[in-house]
Amino acid sequence: MNAPDGNIYYLRGIPVPETPPPGKDPAPWKKTEIVGQRLPRVDAYERVSGVALYPSDIHLPRMLYAAVLRCPHPHAVVKGVDTARAEVMPGVCAVITGKSSESDFTWSFSKEIKAKIFDPTCRFEGEEIAAVAAETAYQAWDAVRAITVEYHVLPFIADESKSLDVSSPQIHSGGNTVKTDRYSRGDVTRGFAEADVVIDETYRTECELHTPLELHGCVASWNGDQLTIWESTQGVYSLQSRIAEILGIPLSKVRVIGHYMGGGFGSKLQPGKYTIIAAALAKKTGRPVRLFLTREETFLAAGNRPPATMRLKAGAKKDGTITALEFSCTATGGAYPAGGTSLMDWLVKDLYLCPHVKTEMRDVYINAGPARPFRAPGHPQGAWALEQMMDALAEKIGMDPVDFRLQNIPYHSQGRDGNPPYTSTGLKECLIEGAKAFGWEEAKKRSRESKKGGYIRRGVGVASGLWFAGGGNPPSTVVVKLFADGSVNLNMGASDIGTGTKTIMTMIVAEELGVRPGAVQIEHADTGTTQYATPSGGSKTVPTDGPAVRAATLSVKQQLLSFAAADLKTDNASLTLLGDEVISAKNPLVKMKIRDVTGLKKRGVIVGVGYRGPNPEGKVVNPFAAQFCEVEVNTRTGEVRITRFLGCHDSGRVMNRLTYDNQVFGGIIMGIGFALSEARVLDRNQTGKMLNRNWHDYKLPTSLDVPVEMTSLPIEKPDDLANTIGAKGLGEPVTIPTAAAVANAVYHAVGIRMTGTPITPQRLCPAVEKGGKESS
Amino acid sequence: MSSDHDSHRCTCGKGLSRRQFLTSAGVGALVVAAAGHLEKEHEASAAVMRSGEGDKITLHINGKQYQMLVEPRWSLLHVLRAELGLTGTKEGCGRGECGACTVLMEGIPRYACMTLAVEAEGMEITTLEGLMNGEELGPVQKAFVEHDALQCGYCTPGQIMAVEGLLRKKTHPTMEDIRQGVSGNLCRCGTYNHIFDAAQRAAELKRGGAQ
Ligand code: FES
Ligand code: FES
Repeated sequence: MNAPDGNIYYLRGIPVPETPPPGKDPAPWKKTEIVGQRLPRVDAYERVSGVALYPSDIHLPRMLYAAVLRCPHPHAVVKGVDTARAEVMPGVCAVITGKSSESDFTWSFSKEIKAKIFDPTCRFEGEEIAAVAAETAYQAWDAVRAITVEYHVLPFIADESKSLDVSSPQIHSGGNTVKTDRYSRGDVTRGFAEADVVIDETYRTECELHTPLELHGCVASWNGDQLTIWESTQGVYSLQSRIAEILGIPLSKVRVIGHYMGGGFGSKLQPGKYTIIAAALAKKTGRPVRLFLTREETFLAAGNRPPATMRLKAGAKKDGTITALEFSCTATGGAYPAGGTSLMDWLVKDLYLCPHVKTEMRDVYINAGPARPFRAPGHPQGAWALEQMMDALAEKIGMDPVDFRLQNIPYHSQGRDGNPPYTSTGLKECLIEGAKAFGWEEAKKRSRESKKGGYIRRGVGVASGLWFAGGGNPPSTVVVKLFADGSVNLNMGASDIGTGTKTIMTMIVAEELGVRPGAVQIEHADTGTTQYATPSGGSKTVPTDGPAVRAATLSVKQQLLSFAAADLKTDNASLTLLGDEVISAKNPLVKMKIRDVTGLKKRGVIVGVGYRGPNPEGKVVNPFAAQFCEVEVNTRTGEVRITRFLGCHDSGRVMNRLTYDNQVFGGIIMGIGFALSEARVLDRNQTGKMLNRNWHDYKLPTSLDVPVEMTSLPIEKPDDLANTIGAKGLGEPVTIPTAAAVANAVYHAVGIRMTGTPITPQRLCPAVEKGGKESS
Repeated sequence: MSSDHDSHRCTCGKGLSRRQFLTSAGVGALVVAAAGHLEKEHEASAAVMRSGEGDKITLHINGKQYQMLVEPRWSLLHVLRAELGLTGTKEGCGRGECGACTVLMEGIPRYACMTLAVEAEGMEITTLEGLMNGEELGPVQKAFVEHDALQCGYCTPGQIMAVEGLLRKKTHPTMEDIRQGVSGNLCRCGTYNHIFDAAQRAAELKRGGAQ
């Protein structure tokens, strides 16, 4: 975008940060020029013009299209597969089944539980039975429909509350319990005895499906023994290692490319069986193969947020002290070990001060598609229970819910051994500043007035949260190259999953070197040409790869200054960068243009390598959040209209305010879906099949369901202890408290505790009619 | 289902007679009753549309004419993406649920996945690529960049086309117009509010506002 000449540099007399001596961490930025600005995405042009090639857009010469035949039953054994008719159909180039040598690979769900790619035992509706590659997608589907399968249909269990009944079918030989986790600190019996009020409540969250807009899948192409995969993925290196392991080939023979990707939310951290099937078909046919799932298949077999039934008993004193929390839950990650209860109790253990805590989580199998990590695994579920409970306790002791939360803010991570301190805790500020900006007190008053008459009732709700991770961690390697004209190339393995990673990393380079963001070109997300990075998930990409980018940039700067010192016959400690010049801090007459530096001219390029250093020892890096919303409940129809939302977040330094706000709103909108409309429906009694495997029947929020009035209020507290850029993660905390805030607002409006998601008119209306709690 | 739809002779592969429906419902009941039984799937009833048999049509896309052979069942989306390489138009569902495939037909937003290529014959079709002026972004695209009205960017082409369609009809859209205008376009990343801002800005740009 910027001309490579003259315009590369943004500095006008602003000194760039000092370069630390090698081996030392750079000091935190005191003031930034580029970082923190509202910078449009560096790849926005590609994305809005259509030139961005997403993996699903890849079209290679001689490419074939693949389609997968999936089991229509939730539980069955495949007795026979007849592909004779399919094989001779027009355009068909290959058909593979469980009997084909090309697809004879093992897929591990855990150390103990493994299955074949086309396993004879199908444990959920949608397990893979066979696959076809053909000249067009239409022909591939024709052929899939022409395959006949003989099934031995088995009894199924689709209701996790009955999974452990003796009469329920066993899904794996060891029984239907995946695992049970227990935790305890203090003595809850004593804690409850000390309480003035105790509340015991059962909550339920339904299964939520990721459904990113780009379908799951890849294009696979072999070149001799070398495999190239273009996949819609959150992490090219995590794919590379899993694919290499399954196929039994060296890492160097697997190249994974994922320059763009159309959303993942955790469901694209790993490859799918589809990746292996595409590779197998490509091998068999000797041609590139494109295999993207249909939307329906992604509903069945591309992950979900596990449904959970949670019981929470909590005690508090009249003065607002929480005395005890006892939590138990049963949840399911589907038919295979998939983290069904993962982190569900974390907020109970960690979010508020509490000496006596006990939790028990039971993860069980049912005959349904396996879960995949979903934006803050376990947290929105845990928040749904805990944050509604906080509201209920506050009401019972006659305290404002914001004040009650403020009284219980921890500065140590109580859920971790040794009670380590957080590097920074913005929870208090989130609550105070958020309430102020939202107009909490006035809004409460307004809703009290709305109760006087009419059938529209207003209510306001608040909820808080923290995210278990979000501090990032090693490893990450980044390479920055400075060209002879002062323009820059940034090379990193991380994916930009829509969060603006590329833009933020560009800003870090620009900040350190004093170049304009437009002078930075990026290579990323390609195991063949870019550096090692862990997948983009866990809200950790910025805090993980950002410091590595800064380190690599500083290394470049250091080398440049030493080259210039040789030219200028001075020591490099006295030199600094200023615009397109290297200049002596002692004597401004001693200076030269970057492009004239001999060392740079001779080599043509200066290469800097940066690594992510370790996290601070004995400390915990977590982002914090508080969200506020106002709703209108129509007591005649049971409809909930959210009129405004405010997200107040402490994620350390704000790297790019424009993409930051976008994340906050996006997380809130996803949370609104979780609260009001999203739920997988299984036909528990009759067939065990999923009944709403499409976006008509599974309702995502649309433009008509979101409040026009949305506010993002960052608590700008650069966390200098956390890492060298002072940023913590954002992508996940933004969706953690949302649903609970909505439920609290609904309660505030109509006095009904909706303990289960989603709060639909069908459920709210009868509850309003009865004037009480919804019956479960 | 119309009564003249004879699923035994029909080649569309989608027909389901009342009898077949009862048979499959019966299977469900059996599953519940028996602890395990054998089921042989029906012989796939589809006598399949012979692929490769094409109709010759002319499509008018982004001001160019394309003469091509298409199978009657091919969607416009398939033709745009797989046959013509116009991958700016995306596929999110292929069945009229998400709007990722939105294009303009005679200036009106339409789902390309729900439109047969043969239906589109003779119509003026505009895709995302058609909003460009050479290498330069059109006003709606510019506004989307400025207001960061995208995250992963996969729904974005469809959103842009929906906004373009709206602004061709209404030069001064209200917020309600805008929300309605993109209500057929899902965004899982949740960028709606930035899209609203971008649409307002785009209207301004189109009216000749400050560039
Ligand atoms: S792809 Fe056409 S509506 Fe989803
Ligand atoms: S930007 Fe990702 S779906 Fe809309």
